[in-house]
Amino acid sequence: MIAVGIRVRDLGFAYPDGTVALEAATFEIVAGESVAVVGANGAGKSTLLLHLAGILTPARGSVEVGATRVQRATLSEVRKMVGLVFQDPDDQLFMPTVREDVAFGPLNLGVRGDEIDARVQEALSAVGALALIERPSHRLSFGEKRVVAIATVLSMRPGALVLDEPSSNLDPRARRRLIELLRGLDTTLVVATHDLDLAAEVCSRTIVMDRGRVAADGPTSAIFADKGLLERSGLEQPLSMRACPVCSRPS
Amino acid sequence: MSSIETGLYDLGRIDLLAAQDTPIHRIDPRAKIIATMVFLVVVASFGRYDVLALLPYLLFPVTLAAIGNLPFGYLARRLVVAAPFALFVGIWNPLFDRRAMMFAGHLVAGGWLSFASVAMRFLLTVAAVLVLVGSTGLSALGAALGRLGVPRAFTAQVLLLYRYLFVLAGEALTMRRAWSARTSSRRAMSLWSYARLLGQLLLRTYGRAERIHAAMLCRGFSGEPPTPRSWRFTVRDGAFVVGWSAGFALFRLYDVPQVIGRLVMGVLT
Repeated sequence: MIAVGIRVRDLGFAYPDGTVALEAATFEIVAGESVAVVGANGAGKSTLLLHLAGILTPARGSVEVGATRVQRATLSEVRKMVGLVFQDPDDQLFMPTVREDVAFGPLNLGVRGDEIDARVQEALSAVGALALIERPSHRLSFGEKRVVAIATVLSMRPGALVLDEPSSNLDPRARRRLIELLRGLDTTLVVATHDLDLAAEVCSRTIVMDRGRVAADGPTSAIFADKGLLERSGLEQPLSMRACPVCSRPS
Repeated sequence: MSSIETGLYDLGRIDLLAAQDTPIHRIDPRAKIIATMVFLVVVASFGRYDVLALLPYLLFPVTLAAIGNLPFGYLARRLVVAAPFALFVGIWNPLFDRRAMMFAGHLVAGGWLSFASVAMRFLLTVAAVLVLVGSTGLSALGAALGRLGVPRAFTAQVLLLYRYLFVLAGEALTMRRAWSARTSSRRAMSLWSYARLLGQLLLRTYGRAERIHAAMLCRGFSGEPPTPRSWRFTVRDGAFVVGWSAGFALFRLYDVPQVIGRLVMGVLT
């Protein structure tokens, strides 16, 4: 898998009911970078991710993945390069068994024969879920569903992995495993999340969204150190960066 | 535990039964489907007063259930659930068909014989289908039906329905609990409440369907769901189909209970 860069220019989008989700969003992610997209509910994070994967096409402005501009004619090419992991794994796991779900993407890419089995094993091994290969998707725990959902995308060997709220509803152990997994990936990573502690551990750079606009963009440590910015954007400083409530020492 | 929860666990048990590794589970799903289809056609071809001649066909579901380690108690309970339908179909026969007929040396009303025949055929066909599902699993069955020429659009719908039945039922259960938690009395849910719950479920289903479709598009879906299963119809699978089909034909051509009866009587006299 070769990591790809993403370029977003003046991106604007409004839903049919008139709700403006994105307004002149502009940023660039270089290949191999790990970027967190944070912001309050309704800030436009999920809409942005849907644009990166070509599920929504820009009403205004442009999105480029690698050297390919996202538009109707290039959607299949874009979807080969960008793997989107949805917030609810039940939306992602639609095939009857884990094996079939992980194989679904590569099969659609035209991969056949032994290569399919190799890809399925590789992706499930990468997320530590090879033992689940024959299990029906609906009989997995939530944490298992989450990692298998990531495997369904990894098996396509995408150049950029885009995750929507990957740690929501996970217990601490499953969350820790997820963090280790994301840190070990060598692809471009875009993570939309409210979990700023996860963002601090996984992403070197953070983009703050506020009412559809890019409110701030910079190194994660600098962004999360700016309490005023976070408060204005409906966020809180991650626990790991706050001072101890008892002795006031920095953590 | 609510009826929704019980139903979910019950449905989920099929997956556990189908996940076993027995000689019957290892037979290619297509072979099991073909053999079961032959079984159903042959059983349906018997006359309306045939009862004893159907007895040898019990061998098929009983053998498969025994070798496939499918609990007879579970199968019996599922049969009981479906029994009212057969009873409703056959219960009128004794009232309208009163012609006298010989059965095992006794005079009986033809209606009772045809009722017994309906019940017997119900027992055989439902048991065979239960064994097929229990030893194969719905997902493998759907994929095998696709391989046998059933339109992929149909099999994909069945598989998606089965996959999301659990999610939908889970959501219905959560909503039912939320309703119960805010209801002071222990009275049953009114029709009006049920209607609103169903409306909400429909709306949620719509939203989920859109998200699932987006997830499919993200992974290159272009209208035709692919199947990764490698299919090999072996000699053993062929022998399974041919062997059972030959047995069904034999039981159809010769009334085995009658032949055995004659033999026994011949030995005794």
